[in-house]
Amino acid sequence: MADPRLSMIDERLNGISNILAISSGKGGVGKSLVASTLGLILAKRNYEVGLLDIDFTSPSTHIILNMGDLCPKEDKGIVPPEIYGLKYMSIVYYSREHPLPLRGIDVSNVLAELFAVTIWGNLDFLIIDMPPGISDAMLDIIKLVKRIRFLIVTTSSQLAFETVRKLICLLLTSKIPVIGVIENMKMKGSRSVQPYVEEMDVKFWGEIPFDIKIEEALGDVDKLLDTEFSRKMEEISIGRI
Amino acid sequence: MHEWALAEAIISTISQIAEREGLKEVIEVRIKIGELQQIEPDVLRFALSQIRTSIFEKTRLEIEIAKAWFKCGNCGNKWIFDKETLDDENADAIHFIPEVVKAYVKCPKCGSMDLEILHGRGVWLEGVKGVK
Repeated sequence: MADPRLSMIDERLNGISNILAISSGKGGVGKSLVASTLGLILAKRNYEVGLLDIDFTSPSTHIILNMGDLCPKEDKGIVPPEIYGLKYMSIVYYSREHPLPLRGIDVSNVLAELFAVTIWGNLDFLIIDMPPGISDAMLDIIKLVKRIRFLIVTTSSQLAFETVRKLICLLLTSKIPVIGVIENMKMKGSRSVQPYVEEMDVKFWGEIPFDIKIEEALGDVDKLLDTEFSRKMEEISIGRI
Repeated sequence: MHEWALAEAIISTISQIAEREGLKEVIEVRIKIGELQQIEPDVLRFALSQIRTSIFEKTRLEIEIAKAWFKCGNCGNKWIFDKETLDDENADAIHFIPEVVKAYVKCPKCGSMDLEILHGRGVWLEGVKGVK
């Protein structure tokens, strides 16, 4: 007859001022790094920030943040624990180091479950790290989370941008706000996607140069915030969201 | 799903139904809960009793637990979920997010992790009766 979880989602998200999904058509473009770093930058500026990783089959924000044995608390639902000023939620608390193969219907169920049980409280920003592409998770999140806005991450590659173009097209057609596009891992001499983004009437936030030091900063938040990547992220994002 | 979160969701959903249907009193609620949710019916009843509003004062609550069945996406084998094969930590993880079962259960016949949950997942309001 009725799935009671769905009636709770709006209420659970009621105390959140801004819900921002970090998305891309392709994997490997730096969505999780952008999501985590943006969250950390906002938290450092004393905003109340939540970070939700919904890349259920290939989560990675827990590695970036070095989650360790952090665990949510139970209090009439699930209360996300805090890490580096972020209220952090990921399926990894439950699947741990095991592979978690999910079909589309499973992804829809996990999303509904997580949104129905997670008690975020009052937040200035909830940042959602999306899986790549425009399949179940994307379609469900558009349906379930009202007020959602998208920040898109791409690289200069035609292969990435072609999928991003389709993603933006889907969002704009669905009347979902796209607040900007970040061109990540920019290499010297590579073409810019800026004109193609602006052609779609979407704001181009800027380029982030390829930063070779990122890899060694994974799992070390202080080091991460001290990279060229983070400095550029801060420069192009603050004042825009 | 956590019993308290579930209780809130149930009350919220039925309240919306009652408002839409113009019910002044809810006299019967039938809920079907998948076994994978590992909901304790008594804890759920208690949670519901703590947060119910006046329209639920005379409500008779029926809770049915649906057995969990899996089908292997690789070899087609079907089998019944056996909680006893899981340790407490894994069972607890499944209680919160039932799909996590796919990280901990394999097909007993071929060892595949490609499982389809045929029955026993989710929570459904099967019926609501009330007085207008």
